[in-house]
Amino acid sequence: MEAILVFIFVAVGVAYWWLWRHKIMDKPWATEGTEIDVREDLGGMFSSAKTGLFFFLAVVTSVFSLFISAYFTRMEINDWLPVHEPGLLWFNTTLLVLASVAIHWCSRAEREPVVKATLMACGIFTIAFVVGQYMAWQQLISDGHYLQSNPANAFFYLFTGLHALHIIGGLWVWLRATFRVFSGVELEEARISVHLCRTYWHFLLIVWMVLFALLLST
Amino acid sequence: MLVAIAFILLVVISVAFHLWSPWWFTPLASDWGTIDLTVDITFWVTGAVFIAVNLFMAYAIIRYRNKGPDTARARYEPENPKLEIWLTVVTAIGVAAMLAPGLVVWNDFVNVPDEAWEVEVVGEQWRWTYRLPGEDDQLGTSDASLVNIKNPLGVNPNDPNGQDDLIITSNIVHIPIDKPVKMLLRSKDVLHDFAVAEFRVKMDLVPGLVTYIWLTPTKIGTYDVLCEELCGLAHFTMRGKVVVDTQEDFDAWKAEQMTFAETQAISEGNVAVGQALYGICAACHGQNGEGNVALNSPKLSGQADWYIAQQLHNFKHGIRGAHEDDEFGKQMAPMAAVLADDAAIRNVSAYVASLPPHITESSAQGDIERGMDLYLTCGTCHGMAGQGNYATHSPKLSGQEDWYLTRQLQNFRNGVRGEHRDDLFGPQMRSMARMLRSDDDVNDIVAYIGTLSQTDQLAPTTNERGQ
Amino acid sequence: MAYVALSDRGQALSHPKSWVTKYVWSQDHKVIAIQYGITAIAVGVVALILSAMMRLQLGFPDSFSIISPSEYYQFVTMHGMIMVIYLLTALFLGGFGNYLIPLMVGARDMVFPYMNMLSYWVYLLSVIILMASFFVPGGPTGAGWTLYPPQAIMFGTPGADWGIIFMLVSLAVFIVAFTMGGLNYVTTVLQARTRGMTLMRMPLSVWGIFTATVLGLLAFPALLVSAIMMMLDRLLGTSFFMPAIVSMGEQTEYGGGSPVLFQHLFWFFGHPEVYIVALPAFGIVSDLLSTHARKNIFGYRMMVWAIVIIGGLSFVVWAHHMYVSGMNPYFGFFFATTTLIIAVPTAIKVYNWVLTLWQGNIHLRVPMLFAIGFIFTFIHGGLTGIFLGNVVVDLPLSDTYFVVAHFHMVMGVSPILVVFGAIYHWYPKMTGRMFNETMGKWHFWLTFLGTYAIYLPMHYLGFLGVPRRYYSYEGIDFIPESALALNTQISTAALFVAVVQILFFVNIIWSLFKGPKADGNPWGATTLEWQTKETPPIHGNWGPELPGVYRWAYDYSVPGAEKDFIPQNVPPAPGETSGT
Repeated sequence: MEAILVFIFVAVGVAYWWLWRHKIMDKPWATEGTEIDVREDLGGMFSSAKTGLFFFLAVVTSVFSLFISAYFTRMEINDWLPVHEPGLLWFNTTLLVLASVAIHWCSRAEREPVVKATLMACGIFTIAFVVGQYMAWQQLISDGHYLQSNPANAFFYLFTGLHALHIIGGLWVWLRATFRVFSGVELEEARISVHLCRTYWHFLLIVWMVLFALLLST
Repeated sequence: MLVAIAFILLVVISVAFHLWSPWWFTPLASDWGTIDLTVDITFWVTGAVFIAVNLFMAYAIIRYRNKGPDTARARYEPENPKLEIWLTVVTAIGVAAMLAPGLVVWNDFVNVPDEAWEVEVVGEQWRWTYRLPGEDDQLGTSDASLVNIKNPLGVNPNDPNGQDDLIITSNIVHIPIDKPVKMLLRSKDVLHDFAVAEFRVKMDLVPGLVTYIWLTPTKIGTYDVLCEELCGLAHFTMRGKVVVDTQEDFDAWKAEQMTFAETQAISEGNVAVGQALYGICAACHGQNGEGNVALNSPKLSGQADWYIAQQLHNFKHGIRGAHEDDEFGKQMAPMAAVLADDAAIRNVSAYVASLPPHITESSAQGDIERGMDLYLTCGTCHGMAGQGNYATHSPKLSGQEDWYLTRQLQNFRNGVRGEHRDDLFGPQMRSMARMLRSDDDVNDIVAYIGTLSQTDQLAPTTNERGQ
Repeated sequence: MAYVALSDRGQALSHPKSWVTKYVWSQDHKVIAIQYGITAIAVGVVALILSAMMRLQLGFPDSFSIISPSEYYQFVTMHGMIMVIYLLTALFLGGFGNYLIPLMVGARDMVFPYMNMLSYWVYLLSVIILMASFFVPGGPTGAGWTLYPPQAIMFGTPGADWGIIFMLVSLAVFIVAFTMGGLNYVTTVLQARTRGMTLMRMPLSVWGIFTATVLGLLAFPALLVSAIMMMLDRLLGTSFFMPAIVSMGEQTEYGGGSPVLFQHLFWFFGHPEVYIVALPAFGIVSDLLSTHARKNIFGYRMMVWAIVIIGGLSFVVWAHHMYVSGMNPYFGFFFATTTLIIAVPTAIKVYNWVLTLWQGNIHLRVPMLFAIGFIFTFIHGGLTGIFLGNVVVDLPLSDTYFVVAHFHMVMGVSPILVVFGAIYHWYPKMTGRMFNETMGKWHFWLTFLGTYAIYLPMHYLGFLGVPRRYYSYEGIDFIPESALALNTQISTAALFVAVVQILFFVNIIWSLFKGPKADGNPWGATTLEWQTKETPPIHGNWGPELPGVYRWAYDYSVPGAEKDFIPQNVPPAPGETSGT
C-alpha cells in the first residue's frame, strides 16, 4: 500500500501548505471589512475550470496509485509471470508524445489556422494511440495471453484499458473544443477548453509513462 | 432544562447499568487476564471522561439556559488558547495511559513463546476440523488442491511429517490445561474466524495464508467455538467446541484419534460382504432399499454411502434415535448394534449405495412456489437440485419420500433429532429447520423437494470422489 | 486578460422557464439539494424497514415467519450499504452541501451547475440499480456491506450470482455521481466565495463539508478500484482477491489472489468514509450550537484545525478495521497508535462544543435539543471507539455486538440527530414556514431516549461475546437466556423508534402547507444564508448584487452591540472595534 500512502502524504502535505499560505492561522474575529480579502478573481470561469480539473486529476491520480499499490502487493505472490510487452507499445508512446506536443503548440498559437491544425493533429494522434493500444491487446490475445491466465496479464489489460478509457474521455472534450473552434466561435472562449485539454493530455502522458515503466521493469 | 436533567439521569443510569447488569465478559479460561486488565483501564479513563463531560454539560445547560428576555447576554470569547492547550495535553495523557498497556499486551500476543505446542484448526463452509502433530511434533505440509473426499484436510501424502498427524474430523478439539498452545488457522475456502469467548483471543482464517492465535488455557471445561467472520448463509451454524483437559484425559483422547496414514489406509466398503449384512435391513427397508411407509422405514436406495455410514454410526452410538420421543429412531439402535464395527458399517453402506435408485412419486401437498423460495437456503448445502454434497455432509433430498422428509424436519424443529452432544451436523440442521416456522412451511418445502428430479444426479459416493 | 467572474455575470445562470426545468431538470443548487435529500431519505426509509425485519428475527425468533437466513443476510447487507453510502453520504454532501455552500459563501450557485444537475440524476440511477438487485435471480448480495471476497462472489453467499454485480455497478455509478458533485463543492468553496469571505470567515458547516468532500474525492477511488477488481474476479475469472479455494467440495480455477488486499483497499476508503459522514455533522452542529446559544463557537481556529487534522489523519488509521484479519500483526502497533492519536483532535471538538454552551444564552429550541443530543451520544460513541481502536482490546470485541453498538452510535444516532436538527433549523429558510415546535420536541425526546435504550445495552451483549451477523443463537452455551431476552427488548425499542419517525414526516410535510409563515431569519443567525432578501431564496440567491462580507461568522453577543448578533454582511459601524 506504499504507493497510495506516498500520494496521500504528498496530497495532504500540499493541502496543508496551501491552507497555511491562505491564512488558516489567522484570528478571524480580530479583523473587519472586506479589504483583508486580497483575491483578484472571484469565481472566474477559467480559474474555476482549472481548479475543477486539478481536483479531478487528484482523483485520477488516486485511482492509479491504488491500482499500482495493488499491483505491487499482488506481484509478491509466487504465481506471477511477467508479461512480455509488445513492441508496438513504444510506437504508441511516441504517438501520445506527439499528441501532447500538438496540443501544447495549439495552446500557445495566436493565428487561427495554426490553432485549427494543431488541434486536429492532437486528436488524430490520440485516436491513433487508442487504436494502437487496441492492436497491442489483439497481439497478446492471439499469442494466448488472456486476462485470466495470469495476474500479471490481468494488470496489463487493466492498466492499459483504464488509461485508454481516460484518454477517450479526454477525446470527448477535444471533440467539443474542435467543434467550437471550427464553427467560428470566439477564439478566447475556446481557449479555456484547449488549456484544459493541454493539462489533461500532459497528465495522461505522464501517467502512461509511469505505467509503461512499471510494466517494463517488473 | 429538562434535557439537562435527562443527561444527568442517563449518566446515572448508564453507570448503574454497567455496575449491575449481568452481561459482562465470560469467566476467563486462559491466561489473557492482561486483556481484561486493559479493558478495565480503558473503562476507568473513558468512564471518567463520560461522567465529567456530560455532567459539566448538564450544569452548563442549567446555569446558562435562556430564562426570558432579561437573561444575561452570552459571553464573547472567541478562544482561550491556554485552556485549549491544557485540555489537549490532558487528553493526550489519557490516551497514552490507555494505549501504552494495550501495546504491551499486544506485543505479548504477537510474540508466541517458543515452548508453545501447535495444533491446526481447519475451517470450511460450515464446519471446523483439526489436526494435531504426531509423535514427531511436526505438522506435515498441506494444500487446498489436495483436498478430496478421503483427504478432507488436504494433507500432503508425500510429506513424511504428515503421516503421523492426527486428523480430527469432529468439530471438537481437546487441549491440555496450563500448556501454552499456538493454534494455526487455515481455511479451505472463504474467510472465517476462530473465536472462543472465554479465551479472549480470536483471529480470521484466510484462504491462502496460515494465521494464528496463542494462549495458555487455565480452566478445565468445554467452550464454544464460534465463527466470527460472515462466511455465507450458514455462518451462524458453524460451531465447534474446545475441551480443556487434564494431561491424562488429553492423552487418552489423543490415543483414540486416527493418524493421517490410518485414514488413508481405510479399506473401501465391500459390496459383496455388505449385501450379506443387508439381509436383516431388507425386512423393513425392502429388498431393493425402496422403503416401506407402513413400517416407517425410509427409502435407502440412491443415497450416498458416506451418509448411510454416518447415520448407522449415529444410531449405533445413541447419537441419533435415542430421544424419548423418537419412536421410530429407537428401533434403529438394536439394528445398528448388529454391525460389529466400522468396517461392517462401511460394507453395508457400500452395498446400499450400489442399489439402483427407486423412483417414487411425491404426494406432498403444499405451495410449491413458496417451497422454492424457502429451498434457496437449503439448496446451499444440499445442492440446488437436492443431490446432496459430501463437503457439507448434506444428504441427497431429491427422491426421498415426503412422509420421511416431513418427519425428519419436524424432528429437527422439535429437537427430537440433532440435539445430542456428539451429533456433528445435527445442531446445524436444528438451526436451519427452525427457519420453518409452521407446519405449512414444512409442507411447502417438502412439496417443492418432491418436484426435484430424482435421476439427474446420484449422490456422489466415496469411490467416485476418492481420486 | 480579464475574466468576468461567474458571480457577476448576470446571464451566466440559465434561469428556468418551465415547471420541468424549474423543479425537475433544475440547475439550481437548492432544488438539486432537495432532490438529493428526498431520494436519500426515501431510500433510508427502505433501509430502516429492512432493519426492522432483522430486529424482528433477532428479538422474536420463534414468532415471525418472515425471513430466512438467506434474506436475513441480504437485509443486513443492503441496510448497511444504503445507510452509509446512499443515505448519509448523499444527504450530507449532496443534500446539505448543495444547499448550504453557495448560500453560506455568498455565491449565486455552484460553479458547474450543469454538472451538478447531472450528479443528482446519476446518483438516482445508482439508487435504482441498487434497488433493482432485489428483483434479480438470487436476490441482492448477502455478503455484508463490507463485501469481503472470496465469499462475496462464491456460492454459499446469497446473491453471489447477480446481486453482487448489481451492487458493484451501483457503487461505481454512485462514485461517478459523487465525483461530479464533489468537484463542484470544492471548486465553489475555493473560487466563488464573495468579496470579504476569506477561508477563516467561513462557517464551520462549510469547513466540515469541504474537508469531507476532499476526503471523498481521494478515498472513493479505493472503493472503485476494489469494485473493478472484484467484478473482474467474478465475471472474467481473474484472481486479484481469490486464492486457491475448495468450494463445497469442488476445486475452483482461482489461485494466488489475496482477500486481505481487498480489505486494505476497502478500508482505505471505508475509514475516511466515516469521516465523510462525521465531518459535515461536526461542522453543522457547531453552527446550530452557536446560533441557539447566542454565543460564538468556542475556539473557532482550533475547530478548523481539528477538522483539517482529522481529515488528514483519517487516511492512516484504516487497518484498525483489520486487527483480526490475519494481516501482518506488527501493523497493529502502528494503526492502534494513529487511531488513538486521532482521538485527541476529536476530543478537542467535543470540549469546544461544551464550552460553547458555557456562559452562553441557551435557547432550548428543537434544533438545539438535537444538537446537544448529538454531543451526548457522540461522547458515548466516540469513547467506545477507543476500546476498539486499542488493538488488543479489539481481540475479544471484534465481530461482536460491541462493534455494532459503537458504529450505530457514531454513524447512526449522532449524525442522524444532526440531520434532524439541521432540517428543523434550516426549515424556515428553505420553505418560508415554521414547523410545529411541540411535535418537534416529542420527536426529539422519543428518538433520543429510544436510541439510547437500543444501543446502550447492546454494548454489553458485545462484552459478553455475542457475535454479530448471526441469524439465531440457539445452542451457544455461554449466552444466557437473559441475553436473548435483552435482544427482544432492544428489538422492541428499535421498532418503537422507527415508528416515532412518522412524527418527523408529518411535521415537515404538514407545516409545508399549514405552518405559520416564518421571517427570513427567525433564529437571529449571523451566517449569510439567513441574509437573503427572499425566503426561500430565489434562483441566483442574492438578487442583482452579491453581499460583501465584513466579519467572521460568529459575531454573537458582541459587547456593546445593539442586538445579540451581527450578520456577516453588515459593515462595521464607524468607530466600531472588533471583538477581543
